[in-house]
Amino acid sequence: MDTPLIELTGIKKSFGPVDVLKGIDFTAYAGKVTALVGDNGAGKSTLIKGLSGVQPFDDGVVRFDGQEVHLANPKQASNLGIEVVYQDLALCENLDIVQNMFLGREETTTGTLNEAAMEFAATKALQSLSVRTVKSVRQKVSSLSGGQRQTVAIGRTVLRNAKLVILDEPTAALGVAQTEQVLNLVRRLADNGIGVIIISHNLADVFQVADYISVLYLGGMVASLATADTNYNDVVGYITGTKSLEGAAS
Amino acid sequence: MSNTSLATGHEGTIRDQVKAYFQRVRSGEMGALPAVSALILLAILFSSLSPFFLTKLNFANLFVQSAELAVLACALVFVLLLGEIDLAAGVTAGVGMALFVVLNQKMGLDPLLSVIAALAFGSLTGWIIGLFVARIRVPSFVVTLGFFLGFQGLQLIMLGDGGIYRVDIPAIQAIMNSNMPEWAGWVLLVVMVGVSLLIGLWDRSRRTKAGLATRPIAMLFIRLAFMAVLGGIAIAILNQNRSVSIKAIAGVPIVIPIVIVIVFIGTFVLDRTLFGRYLYAVGGNPEAGRRAGIDVAKIRIAAFMICSTLAVVSGLLHASRIGSVESTAGRTIVLNGVAAAVVGGVSLFGGRGRMMNAIVGALVISIIDNGLGLIGLPAGINFLVTGGVLVGAATIDALSRKRSGGSILRT
Repeated sequence: MDTPLIELTGIKKSFGPVDVLKGIDFTAYAGKVTALVGDNGAGKSTLIKGLSGVQPFDDGVVRFDGQEVHLANPKQASNLGIEVVYQDLALCENLDIVQNMFLGREETTTGTLNEAAMEFAATKALQSLSVRTVKSVRQKVSSLSGGQRQTVAIGRTVLRNAKLVILDEPTAALGVAQTEQVLNLVRRLADNGIGVIIISHNLADVFQVADYISVLYLGGMVASLATADTNYNDVVGYITGTKSLEGAAS
Repeated sequence: MSNTSLATGHEGTIRDQVKAYFQRVRSGEMGALPAVSALILLAILFSSLSPFFLTKLNFANLFVQSAELAVLACALVFVLLLGEIDLAAGVTAGVGMALFVVLNQKMGLDPLLSVIAALAFGSLTGWIIGLFVARIRVPSFVVTLGFFLGFQGLQLIMLGDGGIYRVDIPAIQAIMNSNMPEWAGWVLLVVMVGVSLLIGLWDRSRRTKAGLATRPIAMLFIRLAFMAVLGGIAIAILNQNRSVSIKAIAGVPIVIPIVIVIVFIGTFVLDRTLFGRYLYAVGGNPEAGRRAGIDVAKIRIAAFMICSTLAVVSGLLHASRIGSVESTAGRTIVLNGVAAAVVGGVSLFGGRGRMMNAIVGALVISIIDNGLGLIGLPAGINFLVTGGVLVGAATIDALSRKRSGGSILRT
C-alpha cells in the first residue's frame, strides 16, 4: 500500500494522572475515508485535538506524507493542510456562504475586500464537491438547513487546500435526507484525493462511507480494519470491549 | 468535476432581482424597510396635521435637528454590531465638550487643538471601556453604566455646578447654524453621484474580470437616478430662501456634508475592509471568529474606540447648535441614539445593521419630536410615542431574527 497520509506511532497523552491515550498507532490514507469510532471517553476527541495541534501529544511519532512532523499548535497543523470541522461548525449566521468560507483568510486588493475573487473561488470549491443543495453562494447562513451548513463548513476546508480533513460527528442532529447528502459530500471529498477522518457514533453511517474503521477502547487502539473485511457486530464488540483483535473476550 | 452551476444572486433580469428582493424581505431580512415606511407615513401624517410641517424652514430644521442624533446613532452602530452597548456615549460626548471648552476658554488653547484633544479623549475613553469589556469580560452594560454615572460627576467638576460655557468660536457655531453657498450644494450632489457611479463600475469590472455574473447595469443607473432626483429635490428646496424675516437664509446646512462623509467612510469601513468584516463576524459568532484567527478582543476594543470618538463628534455638533456647553449635556441623548439605531434596523442582538439604518432611524425619532412639537401636543406625548416606536422596532427585530434563524428547523 502507498505511504499513509498520516501515520501515528506510539502516541501518548495524559492529563495529570489520567492516561487518555496509551500509546496508540493510527493511519489514514489520501483519497480514503477512515472512521474513528469508540465509546464516550475512549479518547477520540483527545486524538483529534492532538492532530489539530490544539492539545499537542505528550509522546509518540507523527508522520505526515512520510515526513516526521511536530503538531505543536493549530497553525502548524493547518500549514500542513490538516483541517478540522467541529461539531458546532463555527459559522457566523449573519454572514453569507462566501464570507463564512473565507472568514479569517479574506482576499484583499489595495486594502479592501475583493468580493469578486472570493465569490469565484468559493463557487469553484463548492462545485468541486458537486454541491447542488445551495441556492446561492450569497445566501446568509441563517437561512440554511443543518446539512447545508455542514456543506459550507466542509467546503471551507476545500478552499483552504486541506490534505487531511477531520470531521467530528458530521451527521449528528441531521435528518435522513440530509445525512445522505453529507455522507455523499464526505465521499466526494475523498474522491478528490483528500484524506478524510470521520468521527461518528452512527455505525450505519460509518459502514456506508468509510474505507477503514479504527476502534478506540479506553485509550488504546483495539482494531484497525478495512470496512470490507468486517461487520457490524464485530465493530460493536470492539467498541464495547467484549472483543479484541486476538479474539479473546475480556 | 461536474458542471453544477451555483447562483450568486447577481443573475437574471431586473424583474428577477426585484423578486429576489421581496423574497429576502419575506424571510426576515428587512433592513431599513420598516423604518423608511415609518418615515414616509409620519411625514404624510404630520403634513396633514400641521400647516408648518411641510415648510421650507422646517425641512431644513429637521435635518439640522437630527444631525447630532444621527452621528451618535452611527457611533453606536459599531458597538451594537458586536451585540454590546455603550450607555456612556452621551456623557462621553459631554465630557469631551467640557474638555474642549475648558481647554479653549480657560486655558486659551487653539480651537482646532482643543477639538483634537476632545476627540483624543473620546478615543481614550473608548479604549478603556473596550479593555474592561474585551479583556476582563465585564458586561458592557455595566461598564458603560458606570462610566455614565462617573462622567456626569466629571462634567460637574469640570464645569462647576450648573455651569454653562458659551462657545464663541464662529467656525464651530457655523457647522450647525450656517449654510453652504448654493453652488456648493450642487457640487455635493454631483460628487456623491459620481463617487457612487465609480464604485458601482469598479465592482462590476472586478466581477466581470473574475468571470462572475453581474446585475443588469440598468439597476445601477436606476439607483443613481433615484439618488440624483431625491438629492436634487432636497437641494433645490434647501437652496431657496426659507427665512421668515428680512435676512435671507438659503443653502444646504454645513452639517449635511459632514454627516454624509461620516456615513460614507463608516459604510466603506463596514462593507469593504477586513475590520468591518470581522466586526460583523464577531457580532454574529465570536467563537467562530476566534477559531478563524480573528483577534476578537482587538476588534471589540477598536469598536468601542470608534464609538466614543464619533460620540464626541456628535457632542461637538450639539455644542455648535446651541452655542454653549452645559454640565448636563449628553445625559438623555444616548438612549435616543440607541433608539434611533434600533428603529432604523440595527439589531440589538449584534451582527446586523448598517450606517444608513442609523441615519433613517435618527430621522424617524427626530420627525416624531419635530412633528408632535408643531402640532402642539404636550411633551409627554412625545416620549410616549417615541417609546412606542422603539418597542415596535425592537419587536420587529426580534421577530425577523426568529424568522431568519428559524429556518434551521426547516429540513
